[in-house]
Amino acid sequence: MPASTDIAILPDRAASIVEAGSAGGPVKCGKGSVAGSVSQRACVFCGSRVVLYPITDALHIVHGPIGCAAYTWDIRGAQSSGPQLFRNAFSTDLQELDVIYGGEQKLEHALLDLIAQHGPKAAFVYSTCIVGLIGDDVKAICKRVAAATNIPVLSVASEGFKGTKKDGYRAACEAVQHLVGTGDTSDIGPHSINLMGDFNIAGESWVIRDYFERIGIQVVATITGDGRVDAIRRCHGAKLNLVQCSGSMTHLAKSMEQDYGVPFKRVSFFGIEDMAAALYETARFFDSPELLDKARALVAEEVAKIMPQLSAWRADLNGRKAAVYVGGAFKAFSLVRALRTIGMTTAVVGTQTGDAEDYDQLREMCDPGTIIVDDSNPLELAKFCLAQDVDLFIGGVKERPIAYKLGIGFCDHNHERKECLAGFVGMLNFAREVHATVTSPVWNYVPRRAGAAHLELEEARS
Amino acid sequence: MMLDGTTAEVANRSALRINPAKTCQPIGAMYASLGIQGCMPHSHGSQGCCAYHRSHLTRHFKEPVMATTSSFTEGASVFGGMANLNQALKNIFTIYNPDIVAVHTTCLSEVIGDDIPSIVAKARESGAVPEGKIVIHANTPSFVGSHVTGFANMVSAMVNYLSESTGETKNQINVLPGYVEPADMRELKRLAAAVGVDIVMFPDTSGVLDGPLTGEYELFPRGGATVEQIKSSGDNIATLGLGHFASHIAAATLESKCNVPAAFLELPIGVTATDRFVDALRSYADVEVPEAVENERGRLVDLMSDLHQYFHGKRVAVSGDPDHVIALTQLLLELEMKPVYAITGSTGNQFEKRMHELLDGPVPEAKIKQNADLFELHQWMKNEPVDLLITNTYGKHIARTEDVPFVRFGFPILDRAAHRYYPTLGYAGAINLINQILNVILDRKDRDCPEAWYELVQ
Repeated sequence: MPASTDIAILPDRAASIVEAGSAGGPVKCGKGSVAGSVSQRACVFCGSRVVLYPITDALHIVHGPIGCAAYTWDIRGAQSSGPQLFRNAFSTDLQELDVIYGGEQKLEHALLDLIAQHGPKAAFVYSTCIVGLIGDDVKAICKRVAAATNIPVLSVASEGFKGTKKDGYRAACEAVQHLVGTGDTSDIGPHSINLMGDFNIAGESWVIRDYFERIGIQVVATITGDGRVDAIRRCHGAKLNLVQCSGSMTHLAKSMEQDYGVPFKRVSFFGIEDMAAALYETARFFDSPELLDKARALVAEEVAKIMPQLSAWRADLNGRKAAVYVGGAFKAFSLVRALRTIGMTTAVVGTQTGDAEDYDQLREMCDPGTIIVDDSNPLELAKFCLAQDVDLFIGGVKERPIAYKLGIGFCDHNHERKECLAGFVGMLNFAREVHATVTSPVWNYVPRRAGAAHLELEEARS
Repeated sequence: MMLDGTTAEVANRSALRINPAKTCQPIGAMYASLGIQGCMPHSHGSQGCCAYHRSHLTRHFKEPVMATTSSFTEGASVFGGMANLNQALKNIFTIYNPDIVAVHTTCLSEVIGDDIPSIVAKARESGAVPEGKIVIHANTPSFVGSHVTGFANMVSAMVNYLSESTGETKNQINVLPGYVEPADMRELKRLAAAVGVDIVMFPDTSGVLDGPLTGEYELFPRGGATVEQIKSSGDNIATLGLGHFASHIAAATLESKCNVPAAFLELPIGVTATDRFVDALRSYADVEVPEAVENERGRLVDLMSDLHQYFHGKRVAVSGDPDHVIALTQLLLELEMKPVYAITGSTGNQFEKRMHELLDGPVPEAKIKQNADLFELHQWMKNEPVDLLITNTYGKHIARTEDVPFVRFGFPILDRAAHRYYPTLGYAGAINLINQILNVILDRKDRDCPEAWYELVQ
């Protein structure tokens, strides 16, 4: 059996792995995972579900066998300031006979029952792999139910096999598009934005919304974190779209630019530099010196609040190394910068959905020797972590126990985190979490690290 | 709160599942596969299934969970998954080098009708499966059964593909442990050793999903039943299949394939069921139950006598896998509690039949239902409340909404970690389980009682 340090890289994967600072072609990416690899990626359905689920006053029903609903039931900490309907798991639980005779009737009944019972503002119907195969006409059912119930009933074409998670994002955007442009925009002011691609994990949308409102910018809709159907209906009245998770929401932003002339900017709310830049850029967009002054004052005030503590932690973290493996490239950029803020370097960085330009940018940003990788798998990640001797891994649910097994600290920067990591307060939380895990005494008991700790002790004594 | 929309009026629903008390077959097959040493579970379908199953098992066990996927795309869905599986097998053996690959299907590959044995045979011919390497498979469409049947089908596949009868009887007993925690499997092995019986247990996830931290990441941790052990199961004296739903098919298959007599037992939860397990070991292996095991039992009964006054007459709602609920109900009855509601999300008449046998006498008002969901259980509780709720993690919303003491039991448990270290099977497991139940009941008493009744000594 191969140990993680001496495994080979799949020949097909070699072109997806490069080192910063060294020559070589573009990173191979955007391809389906190789069959037989332990891919960390998910499917189209997963992409759609992740994006739309935080619309809190809508009904979300999964049309398919039970698993797809069960695995996406309330697993992400997308918080709501009001309705909780979205956290239930509704499914048509397709059975063998439904697969043979079709599940259309079942879906129609389920929708009518649920809408009558809960009175949601809209309903989303997610198609799974099997629905694509048996050919249920989900669109037609949605149309009928919408007519009967007088609420928008939107089909989400999220059959799992129809591409990657990214295609699921697109299907989600296409479903939301049907809501956009259907609400009253008369009371929307000139300095107004939508926040797109934030999912209010651990209340992050609330933090960001607060910053913008404090400097005098109206937030029309948060899409989709703590989302409300009525807000999305009128979001085309905003003057600017700020897109955070570019992978998930760029499609919607582009179509709103085309259909309603609302321009968009790609921003990030993670880390001091990126958060400040997002506020300044927005103020500059509205060409208002007053907004810019307010933004500067807010940044100064917030940074002053967190700086003393950050500096104290930085002293402990200086020179430590991190590995980053996240979904989107924008998050990776932010993390490289945020780690720098607390004195750490990034020795491994990878994403599930980055494109060639993203990887070029990572190559430029990172120190020479940093491993840059697309669509990695656990063995590769373990190998890179050991080779680079990192102190911290930043990733998601499936990476956490791997990091721990290696005796490496871990910070969740995916949808299952419980900590708000956005904005200035998020930077403080991030630094706290990183500091706590990297400096935890538990790593002294890990055999690999215990040797190192022993040496340090010897040196200190001599 | 999340469940504020749940009403007390129970309406008949034919077309809708709300807050399921089950999940789909492939995850059960994946879990079972992890209980073979050096095995790579392989999901023949879209990437999402594999990712979801790995994530969910990771959330439950807090351990790395390995599995590969055929990465279906639109092309595979139209033209079949043969090319994908062939390529996958080639890659898996080249790179990860497992001893054995356990393929399970998904709803997608089932509907397009991929014939796994013939694809694997062709893959072997083409050299994708090296000499000496094993590929087994189970059909686990998600639109049939539940995670429990997926588990049962994969254990059955182990028997179908691996068990051999050489004609020479070995002085060992097969134990099929059912869909239980690694700690339970470890406990079954300990208990059998304490009784003095050699067993072959498969699957065995102890050492795989509760491994030590070594500073190395091992793709195939050293736990698990070896292929050799599973092969030898055909020569053993008898098979104890624990849990009708998780182990019946495999035990029966082993009986018909290799003439190994099968004893069908319930999961050894509580005194009576554990007695039956120990007695079955004793009688098949023809040994005396040693004093140490009798003492273990005695300590459990002693604890139950010390505490029985706290349990008497308490109304309990239970949800979980059918084998779990049947066995747990027996423990609750031993404690003189009243399991008034018992549901499972899985389907199978055996569940209702057995539950009625258990409950019709002592708790005639009990409501029992297979193929149910947590929404329905919650509605029952709204109509007539209970003193205790025992379900997997998904019951926590109900417990909060109805303010009911709550014990987590079964699969999955996503919000606690130590469950994989504490068995609930065997005499020792019962002590652990009773302790958990007692603590939530007494904590509730301490929280709610008037100041004058707030006692230091209980």
